[in-house]
Amino acid sequence: MSAPAVIEVVSAGKVFANGTRALRRIDLTVHDGEFVTLIGPSGCGKSTLLRIVAGLSEPSEGRLRWWGEGFHAVGAAGRKLFFVFQDPTLMPWARLRRNVRLPLDLAHVGRGEADRRVTEALDRVRLSAFERHFPRQLSGGMQMRASIARALVTQPDLLLMDEPFGALDEITRNALDAELLGLCSERSLTVLFVTHSIYEAVFLSTRVLVMAARPGHIVREVRIHEPYPRQERFRVTPRFTEYCAELSEALAQASALEEAALA
Amino acid sequence: MTERAADGARIVMPILVGALFLVAWHMLVVSFDVPRYIVPSPLLVAQTLVEDWPLLAQSLWVTLKVTLSALVLAVTCGTAVAFLFVQSRWIEHSFFPYAVLLQVTPIVAIAPLVIIWVKDTETALILCASIVAIFPVISNTTLGLRSIDPGLADLFRMNRATRLQTLVRLRVPSALPYFFGGLRISSGLALIGAVVAEFVAGTGGSGAGLAYQILLAGLQVDIPRLFAALLLITVAGVLLFLAMVFLSKLALGRWHESELAKP
Repeated sequence: MSAPAVIEVVSAGKVFANGTRALRRIDLTVHDGEFVTLIGPSGCGKSTLLRIVAGLSEPSEGRLRWWGEGFHAVGAAGRKLFFVFQDPTLMPWARLRRNVRLPLDLAHVGRGEADRRVTEALDRVRLSAFERHFPRQLSGGMQMRASIARALVTQPDLLLMDEPFGALDEITRNALDAELLGLCSERSLTVLFVTHSIYEAVFLSTRVLVMAARPGHIVREVRIHEPYPRQERFRVTPRFTEYCAELSEALAQASALEEAALA
Repeated sequence: MTERAADGARIVMPILVGALFLVAWHMLVVSFDVPRYIVPSPLLVAQTLVEDWPLLAQSLWVTLKVTLSALVLAVTCGTAVAFLFVQSRWIEHSFFPYAVLLQVTPIVAIAPLVIIWVKDTETALILCASIVAIFPVISNTTLGLRSIDPGLADLFRMNRATRLQTLVRLRVPSALPYFFGGLRISSGLALIGAVVAEFVAGTGGSGAGLAYQILLAGLQVDIPRLFAALLLITVAGVLLFLAMVFLSKLALGRWHESELAKP
């Protein structure tokens, strides 16, 4: 892989304060422009790993590099990361526009510049008509798009997404998946994505990492050799089905591993 | 249409119940020939209210002044204490028991001391009433400032928000519904505190509040006036409560579940 590494995780492990081991010896490298997805049974540490990469949680062992440097380097131009949560996490008391502008307000970005970026981001996720609405007035899919717009205003280079569309119905989810891919190619984003859905993982990713639980570790890597831009048609091709079958089998093995560990 | 009918019923029904009660009261007093120094008829109470209005209005004004000043004092100090508490768990753990102490000590027991210590009677009354009213503000606001959505907390942390930014943009708005819940309770308590303190102080003359009018009317067996003063206290309490409901609606009406129209 010739592209430079955006994230390097070397032998990272995590033990929670209560003694539970969540992650064991994770080695993971995500290169510039890649779309890497973590998939695995509930409680396998996918979200924990993502939070560690986001700097929201410290690893108990091992080390991490962001763009070849420590966490202090994150945030500089060309090295911005943004975390998209499982829930939209919008402020219920603020109108959509203020919600989307929050990261810029916190970073004291000038008013004109902030307004320009917010308008552009709202436009991009097709929510311009709703900028005066409160979050509760929007559907689940729209709230999630707002959450993505809030990530876009920071002009991130790396997106960390923790099951962002997990709570949505399948039609909305498929539509948002396609929109996300469009955004990624437009802005040459690098993405580390967490999902429960095999279909979503295959449709989006360049690489899928299958995790097993107790403690969480990576058991399999599946490369999806399908060029971008990917069309909806991809979902009904035999290749798609084969990838899904391969992942499904890997997940079954991961679950079996967990049961064996429990026995 | 049915919604409007339900809204109308919500106003009409309690009024109807009140009217029936007054009629029943009047009938009972008249038919059993109850003497006016035991229970006066509602008509007599209304008549007394009109005749003694100059005296009663002045007392009402005194009591209201004490109540409102005490409420403002309680809200100001209570909020300040709550802000202090959320700065660190140590501060909260060290001082919270003393806030509880204020809450559980009967004001009747402390009022004589406060009245001895503080020269100016009105100030003493305000102090007593605010001691009664302060606890709900402290406990609710502290709870509110702590009750922030963990996702939003992560979002602020990830955007490297300062302590002040998190306080102003996240903690304070999150605390508003709790604060207003406390304010409703405190407004009633401030009035009760003012009346109890007046009873203990027994201030007469131009500075006489409604409690003193009740005390005096009781001694003079002027029961209609006692009832009239009692009625004024009740009405003042209800109006105060409604004012707090209005304030709460003004602040939360557009976004908080508690103030939104039921579906």
